[in-house]
Amino acid sequence: MPRAFTPKVITANALLEGDVIYFTTTDTWTRDMACAELLTDEAHAQLRLIEAQQQVDYVVGAYLADAVAGDNGPEPTHFREEFRRTGPSNYFHGKQAETQPQDGQTV
Amino acid sequence: MYQYNEFDKAFLAERNRQFRAQVERRIAGNLTEDEFKPLRLMNGLYLQLHAYMLRVAIPYGTLSSDQMDTLALLAEKWDKGYGHFTTRQNIQYNWPKLKDVPDMLDALEKVGMHAIQTSGNTIRNVTADHFSGAAADEVEDPRPVAELIRQWSTDHPEFQFMGRKFKIAVSAGAQDRAVLKAHDLAIRIVKNEAGETGYQVLVGGGLGRTPMIGKVLNDFLPREDLLPYIEATVSVWNQTGRRDNKYKARIKITVHETGIDEFRAKVEERYKSVRPTFKGVDQALFAEIKQHFAPPAFRDAPTAAFDAAYDADPLFRSWVDTNLTEHHAPGYAIVTVSIKKHGDTPGDASAEQMRTLAQIARDYGHDELRISHEQNVILPHVHKSDLPAIYAALREVQLHTANIGLISDIIACPGMDYCALATARSIPVAQQIATRFAELKLEHDIGHLQIKISGCINACGHHHVGHIGILGLDRAGVENYQITLGGDATWDATIGQRAGPGFAYDEIVPAIERLVNGYLELRDSEEETFLQTYRRLGLAPFKTYLYPEVQANAA
Repeated sequence: MPRAFTPKVITANALLEGDVIYFTTTDTWTRDMACAELLTDEAHAQLRLIEAQQQVDYVVGAYLADAVAGDNGPEPTHFREEFRRTGPSNYFHGKQAETQPQDGQTV
Repeated sequence: MYQYNEFDKAFLAERNRQFRAQVERRIAGNLTEDEFKPLRLMNGLYLQLHAYMLRVAIPYGTLSSDQMDTLALLAEKWDKGYGHFTTRQNIQYNWPKLKDVPDMLDALEKVGMHAIQTSGNTIRNVTADHFSGAAADEVEDPRPVAELIRQWSTDHPEFQFMGRKFKIAVSAGAQDRAVLKAHDLAIRIVKNEAGETGYQVLVGGGLGRTPMIGKVLNDFLPREDLLPYIEATVSVWNQTGRRDNKYKARIKITVHETGIDEFRAKVEERYKSVRPTFKGVDQALFAEIKQHFAPPAFRDAPTAAFDAAYDADPLFRSWVDTNLTEHHAPGYAIVTVSIKKHGDTPGDASAEQMRTLAQIARDYGHDELRISHEQNVILPHVHKSDLPAIYAALREVQLHTANIGLISDIIACPGMDYCALATARSIPVAQQIATRFAELKLEHDIGHLQIKISGCINACGHHHVGHIGILGLDRAGVENYQITLGGDATWDATIGQRAGPGFAYDEIVPAIERLVNGYLELRDSEEETFLQTYRRLGLAPFKTYLYPEVQANAA
C-alpha cells in the first residue's frame, strides 16, 4: 500500500544569493518558512511543484520537503530542513542572523 | 614555488572571462540551471545547504604569502570573514553570492590561483606531502612531479567528462603523510637498488561508500615514463570503468572487479600506444618546473635564543614538543600551526589569522606556507632562532594551540552544517570532543590519537582511516554516529573496524570519553599509542567500554 501523503512545503535556493527560500500561496518566494504554503493534498503539491520549478530564473533545485502546521505557520519535521531554516550550528550565520522578511517578499 | 608563465596567465584569464560570461548568461536567463551546473562545477562553484560554496585549489597544498593574503581578501570582501581548509588541501568559502564569484576568481588570478577542476568528473587538485621539500626523510621534493601532473591534467581533453572524479596524490617520504593508499592513483617517489630515482605507482585506493586500500600497479617506473603511464591508466579506467552506477564508477571498483593483474595488463597494452605520443616535451617541462622548486637559501645561525626560550617558557616548550617536525637543514624546523583550537571549527581560519600566517611566512618562513590534508597550516622552513617570535605572533591570533597529532587535532568535514550531501553534523561533534578533553587536561597523557569525522558515507572526513573514526548518519530522521576503530592513514593504511551500534548525537561524546578512558586502562605503558593498543588487543576489550550496558546485561 502506498504511504499516506504527509504535508509539504516547496523549498529551493535563490539563484543569485543561494539562500534557502520557500514557495508561497501567491507564487512568490519567501525566506521565512512560516510564510510558506503548506501543501496537504498530494495532487495539488505536485502541481505547485511544477509551477515553482518553472521559475527557473529565480530559483535552483525546488523540491517538496516534509513540514507540519505550527502555531505560526509551517515547521520542518526533519533536522536537515531545520538546519536549512536556521543556519549552521558552528557560527551565528545564515538565516538565524538575518532579519526575517515579510510574507510573500520575492527573491 | 611555481610561477605562472605567459601561457598559464593567458589560459587562466581566458577561462575566467568565459566563466564570467556564463554567470552573466545564467543570471540573464539565457542558460538553464541544467546547462549552467556543469559549467559552475568545473569552476569549483557548488550550491550547498544555505548558500553557494566556492572551492579554491591549493595545488599540492603550497601557498606563497601573497596567495594567503588573497585568500584572506576573499574571506573578508566576499564571504563572512573566514575560509575552511579541506582534507584535499583546498579552501572553501561558504557564503559567496553568484554575481561575486567572477570577481573572486579574478582576484585569485592575480596571484596565480583558481578553482578549476576542484569539482566535476575530472582529475582533481593534485595533493602532496605537506612537508615536501622540508622533511628529513624524503627522496626528493615531490612537488615538481605534482606540478607536472597538474599541468598535464588541467583541461586535458580526454579527461574532462569521465565516469567519476579522479584524485591523485604524490609523496616522496619514507613516511606517508599524504594518505597515498586512499587515492585513485598515487605516486611514491622511490630509489631502486641501482640508486636511480623513479616512481612506485599505486592504484584503486579510496574511502567513501566502498573503502579500499590502494594496490601497487607498478613497482618502479623510470622518470621519463611517468606521464604516459598515468595517462594510460586513467584512459583504461575512463573507457572500462562503470558508468551505469555512480556508486561503482570510481577506479577502485574497476580495479577490484577487473583484478589488479588484468588491470595492469590493460594499462600496459594501452601504454604501448600512448608512450610514442610523448616525445620529450614533458621532460623538458619537468626540468623547467624543477627550477621553480629550488630550496631556499638556508642560513647558518646559532639557535641559542631558541634554547633559552625553550628552557624558560613551559608553554613555548609544550608547543615546540607537540607542533614541530625535524627539518633536513641544520638549525631549521617544520612548524605545524594548529587550526584546531579547542572548541573552534577544525580547518577554519579567519582573514586576520590568514594575514598573520602570511606575514610570519614573509618575515621568517622563506615566504612559504602549506595546507595539510589534516586541515592545519605548515610553515615548512623556519630557523629555530625565529621560533620564539613566531610563537608570540601566533599567540596574538589564537593560533598557538599545542595539539598536533593529539586527540583534539580532529579532521572533520563540514557535515550537515553546510554540505548538501551530509546526513549528520560533524563540526559540533569535533568541537565538543576537543572541548571535553581540554577540560579533562588529558590529551598530552593520551598521546598520539587521530579522530576523523565524516558527516556522510562519502568520507571527506577520512573516518575509515582514523584511529577512531566517526561516521554521522541519518537513522529514521535522527542523527546517529557510528564508531570505527583501528584505522590508519599512513603507509600501513588500514580501514577501521566498525565497533557496533551507533550513538545518538548527545551520546557520541560520552562514548568517545569512555573509549579513551578504556585505552588509558588497557595500554601497557605510556608509550603505547591508542593504535598500538588496539592492534595488540583487538576490538573486544574496547567494546566493553563503549557498550557497558550490553556487558552488564550479559553478566
